Amino acid sequence: MNTRKKITAVLAMAAVVPLTFTACGSGGGGGATSGEDVKTLTVLDSYNNEPDKSILQAAIDKCAAQVGVTIERTTVPGKDRMQTVLQRSSSRTLPDVLMLDNPEVKDVAATGALAPLGGYGVDTAPFAGNSLDAVTHEGEIYGLPLPADTLGLFYNADLLAAAGVEPPKTWDELKAAAAKLTVGDQYGLAFSAAATYEGAWQFLPFMWTNGGDETKLDTPEVKEALQLYVDLVNSGSASRSVVNWTQADVKDQFLAGKAAMMINGPWQIPALAQAPQVKWDTVQIPVNKPGQTPTAPLGGMVWTVPMTGDEAKQKKAAEFVECTGSEDSQMALGKARHTVPVRADLHEAYVKELPTMEAFTEQVENAKARTGKLGAEWPKAGTTIYTAVQLALTGQASVEDAFSRASAG
Amino acid sequence: MPTIQRSALQPIAVPQTRNTLSARKRFSQENLMKILFVVPAGLYIALFFGYPVVKNITMSLQEYTTRTFFTGEAPWVGFENYVTVFSSNLFSPALLNTALFTIGSIAGQFAIGLALASFFKRRFPLSNFLRSMLLLPWLLPLIVGSATWRSILDQDSGILNRFLEAIGVIQDPVPWLTSPAVALTAVVLVNIWVGIPFNVTILYGGLQDIPDELYEAAALDGATGWKAFRHITWPNLQPVVSVVLVLGVVYTIKVLDIILGLTNGGPANATQTLAVRSYQESFIDFEFGVGAAYSNVLILISLLFAIIYLRANRRAVDE
Repeated sequence: MNTRKKITAVLAMAAVVPLTFTACGSGGGGGATSGEDVKTLTVLDSYNNEPDKSILQAAIDKCAAQVGVTIERTTVPGKDRMQTVLQRSSSRTLPDVLMLDNPEVKDVAATGALAPLGGYGVDTAPFAGNSLDAVTHEGEIYGLPLPADTLGLFYNADLLAAAGVEPPKTWDELKAAAAKLTVGDQYGLAFSAAATYEGAWQFLPFMWTNGGDETKLDTPEVKEALQLYVDLVNSGSASRSVVNWTQADVKDQFLAGKAAMMINGPWQIPALAQAPQVKWDTVQIPVNKPGQTPTAPLGGMVWTVPMTGDEAKQKKAAEFVECTGSEDSQMALGKARHTVPVRADLHEAYVKELPTMEAFTEQVENAKARTGKLGAEWPKAGTTIYTAVQLALTGQASVEDAFSRASAG
Repeated sequence: MPTIQRSALQPIAVPQTRNTLSARKRFSQENLMKILFVVPAGLYIALFFGYPVVKNITMSLQEYTTRTFFTGEAPWVGFENYVTVFSSNLFSPALLNTALFTIGSIAGQFAIGLALASFFKRRFPLSNFLRSMLLLPWLLPLIVGSATWRSILDQDSGILNRFLEAIGVIQDPVPWLTSPAVALTAVVLVNIWVGIPFNVTILYGGLQDIPDELYEAAALDGATGWKAFRHITWPNLQPVVSVVLVLGVVYTIKVLDIILGLTNGGPANATQTLAVRSYQESFIDFEFGVGAAYSNVLILISLLFAIIYLRANRRAVDE
């Protein structure tokens, strides 16, 4: 009796042990052994809201089919993206394909967490040079940009026509137009000067267009741009509330008819389409002096391949990322999300199909990456910019002193 | 129970050797039991309080940035992070704002809370219903509350300014969240709104504990209304008051979500507090070492009030 029990126990154990071993085998060394045959890739992105979530899903599915893998996709809200990336990198559970915002790429690449795409023969030649500035770290390219966005000037066509105002091309015209369009509780212009990077991002187009440089903020070019902001607010053409408005608030003001013009980006177009009674159009950011080129910051997400240690999967992930950069993928995603393909060869066809994006397409062509010059130092400059803007707009510092006060921390 | 058993056992004379043996055995068993009872709580405290505090202190002495998460390297930098904190131009304004925010919030919450609690002490139709309605701000997620307040306080189209203008209290709209001179007050007002339910609930409980006979006896001696409050309610409420105030300070000093939702520390850094600084250093700039240093300063201040609370509590128990 006793021995029989023992025998059954041993048999049972013998049956179980191989199971555990196989479990270990497939979990731990899967990449190393099944190197040639990658079946699934994990993807982490921050398009967690509709309609963007399904639009991106369609783009992912297309490339997954082309590369021959199934995708396990996880989405996190944009503001939690970096925290998720940090957590998952410390627990060594980064996804095979990771979406980052373009100013984050250099910072993350510098830590050694990303694989350079050059090693996998990803062709980056068709991509516009400015779109690669943000993803190039020490000569290596670490990501492929999704179709890009930027900032431009939206105007309410009916209000401008009623006031007999042409869409402004220069700062003087902007001030005059904004003053003329300020009637009752309607302001001429709305923009975001919030105490966040959003506020800094909105200031960049004026600063860069006027020749300002983020590596040296205490210059006349930058101060002139700040003076423009101060003039607009102090003359009452823009609300004092701009210091507390997000870009979504700015869009709401515009849609409610409380602002005749606004600085905003093409990602607001789906929301604007919900209110067909507001007839709008866009022009590029006005310039200070004739001859200047409207220069706005380049926005948009980037696909990267994290160093997961599984060489075969990284290779497959790079293939997947390369597919997202293809003409088809860029064009389809660009049309669906009102973002501009970052391949210069597509712009003509793109504008033909989406005429409303004409101004933005040109704006993207001349746009600059926030981290192009500063890399990981950009956040510091961004903080200085939005603090200086807030100091000047609230009258805490003169335009002359604002940047030196802000950079003092 | 154990004491009775022990005293019952003691007089029994047992041979010397057996006695010490069994006593030792019993002693160690008893000790083991004691330890086993303490272990779960001890583990819990070590895991969920001890570890984070120790980690926070070590982190504040390290250069802990995004790189650390990938490489695991966090070089020791001694007190450099604290030097960064104390030499920052934002430190003293943030400290002052934290103090003003805490004092303003507590004063408002407590005064209104006590007034409402005294009011609801009387029974009247619907009093229970109304009292439970007071809890509403407590039930609302803070981020929802602050988003709503942000639109209420909007300078141009916010309902508060419109209302005040309509009844003629103000001529020009108040720049609630857009002027550095007013923003802190606005944030304090919202935080008072958030804190009233807590104060009402605890103070109401305290008022219920005061025996009615005291008021009846006092009324016979002619002490009613304000006199009754001063000589009966207030002295009898003292222990509850100290609890409410100290817990209020500890809760208020670390308030983050309301400020982030309303102003994000702006305009022009007018609503920066130590908690906001700590959050922004850690989760916006990813300078976790500096953020940890800020939060340690905050913890020290909270600890001070926690000690005051514990001492006050012990005194109350002794009495």
